[in-house]
Amino acid sequence: MSKPVYKETNHSYDGSVLHYITQAAEHGLYEIRGLGAKRTLPTFDDLSFLTASASRYPLEGYREKCETRTVLGSRHAKNPIELDIPITIAGMSFGALTANVKDALGRAASELGTSTTTGDGGMTPEERSSSKTLVYQCLPSRYGFNPDDVRKADAIELVLGQGAKPGGGGMLLGQKISPRVAQMRTLPEGIDQRSACRHPDWTGSDDLAIKLNELREITDWQVPIYVKVGATRVKHDVKLAVASGADVVVVDGMQGGTAATQQVFIEHTGIPTLAALRQAVEALEEIDMAGKVQLIISGGIRSGADVAKALAMGADAVSIGQAMLMALGCNSDYYVQNGRHIDATADYAALDTAPGVCHHCHTGKCPVGVATQTPDLEARLDPEWGARRVKNYLQTLTMELTTLARACGKSNVHNLEREDLTALTLEAAAMAKVPLAGTDWIPGVTNA
Amino acid sequence: MESLTQKGVDAQTFDLASTTVRELNQFLHHELDGPEYIEILNPDGQHSIAVGLDAPVTVDIHGHAGYFIAGMNKQASVTVHGNVGWSVGENIMSGSVLVKGNASECAGASGHGGLVVIEGDASSRCGISMKGCDIVVGGSVGHMSAFMAQAGHLVVCGDADHGLGDSLYEAVIYVRGEIHGLGADAQIEPMQESDYAKVAELLARAGFDHDPKTFKRVASARSLYHWNADHFQEY
Repeated sequence: MSKPVYKETNHSYDGSVLHYITQAAEHGLYEIRGLGAKRTLPTFDDLSFLTASASRYPLEGYREKCETRTVLGSRHAKNPIELDIPITIAGMSFGALTANVKDALGRAASELGTSTTTGDGGMTPEERSSSKTLVYQCLPSRYGFNPDDVRKADAIELVLGQGAKPGGGGMLLGQKISPRVAQMRTLPEGIDQRSACRHPDWTGSDDLAIKLNELREITDWQVPIYVKVGATRVKHDVKLAVASGADVVVVDGMQGGTAATQQVFIEHTGIPTLAALRQAVEALEEIDMAGKVQLIISGGIRSGADVAKALAMGADAVSIGQAMLMALGCNSDYYVQNGRHIDATADYAALDTAPGVCHHCHTGKCPVGVATQTPDLEARLDPEWGARRVKNYLQTLTMELTTLARACGKSNVHNLEREDLTALTLEAAAMAKVPLAGTDWIPGVTNA
Repeated sequence: MESLTQKGVDAQTFDLASTTVRELNQFLHHELDGPEYIEILNPDGQHSIAVGLDAPVTVDIHGHAGYFIAGMNKQASVTVHGNVGWSVGENIMSGSVLVKGNASECAGASGHGGLVVIEGDASSRCGISMKGCDIVVGGSVGHMSAFMAQAGHLVVCGDADHGLGDSLYEAVIYVRGEIHGLGADAQIEPMQESDYAKVAELLARAGFDHDPKTFKRVASARSLYHWNADHFQEY
């Protein structure tokens, strides 16, 4: 009788690690990919609302008014941004995305009364005309950056880092460098384009203050200046951004996405959005600037519950990138042309991936026409159809947000507060500094 | 070189000892009426003077100025009769910026068009990330000049410090003096007739009379245009 064979997996060298080592050994290069972290991280799902019962009085979920109006950039700008909802669309570049996608995002944002944002590669006429409120990013690469577009912007966002790659630059691979992308970026068509990790005209925070002043002078102090940081040393970075004169600070957590960067950045840098938000709020409170400088949190915001929890923790607004792309069909198993649903699974299979787990934003071969510059793939996303999807998604988020706010007894979503929250895990309690459910215990703050 | 006032041309004068930079820039942005001549006194190292201009105006700044002088310039001709701090002519689109003295770091950073002239020395990262502007430096430039420069020309009449042209794209550098070290992917190439002509043209526009035949050409080897394993430690 033969001896039974026991097969045990090796936790340290599981399939993904073996794949990584094999790839590294074969190619001698790190992996570059798009989207955000795949690893499990603490999220807003680890918090729950303590809605109203006897000790608090709920508002009628479907009848009583709940205000969502949001003002950003009231510190210095003559014309602060006024939005109907506290949910904005994050900066994503033309180049990484198609002009149709940028157009669709702009149309949806305008219909719901919120803003969209440019990205590396500059401002396209399509997104400017479709976006009622457009935030113009000033990025380290300065691709496509020019004063004419600065003057067309409703706000300027000086980007110091992204949650998916804080401290790192990007790499837009040559297959996405179409003639138009190349022309906008003043680089040859088809080459792999590196995005710088730091700005070319200033280095330290003292210089940042002078840079912000230059941008204000150019725009006659009319529009707000945002400063966006990737979530790492959040307290220091937020305080320095405020000291440099930012009207709005944007903090992008570890779950933030990207068009393309090294996998090692996506998975191994930064801190989760949940932790970053609490630290950002504390930083503003410590320098008595909470409410004077607005805070936008981004990085893995997906649902109205996420938005409500972010606001309860102290954010003034959220910004969403990846989930907007998913609303447009990213990772969907079909796309729509001429009203017909067309199966895209074979196209995913050709990329050695599948709907739901695709992260091929960097290759430009997006089966649903979101992250590509190939004309026949780009045609798979009709901007009108896409705008309707994004509008529906934004509308749903807003309805969920206001429903939760009313259940907490709030007639304004900005009245949500940290004491409306409880934590379902020890990690979330410690990171968000809200009590563990059923206790008054906040790890590291109160005694057990 | 005489300013236009010294030549008897009528100027509108702003004294930054009594007028703020903000008031000056507001005037330059909104109250110019056709080609005009503006004279600025007592800059005293202040920042962001004459930024964001978009008119064919002539501006003379008398004295030393701070950071971002004439940033994002379009059409205007700005002359600084003194030294400047960081990032003079940053993101210039067209027109010209002339510094009669020395410039600190990042002169002409990310400029798209137009001409930046530094009659003295420029510090490190001169022409960093330039995207089509032309820069002429009468003296020497510091380290990492033209880092990641994409398009345009940097003419250095003196020496260039180490790391010159690191990660260059399509911009071309011409150096008359000694090159203390090239950056990744930059290489010295033979001068062609078109190079001599370009150097002669830029020297003439900048007001220098050096012999173009004394310049060396530095351009990208283009080995980093496509990412591969052989570039270990180059990225």
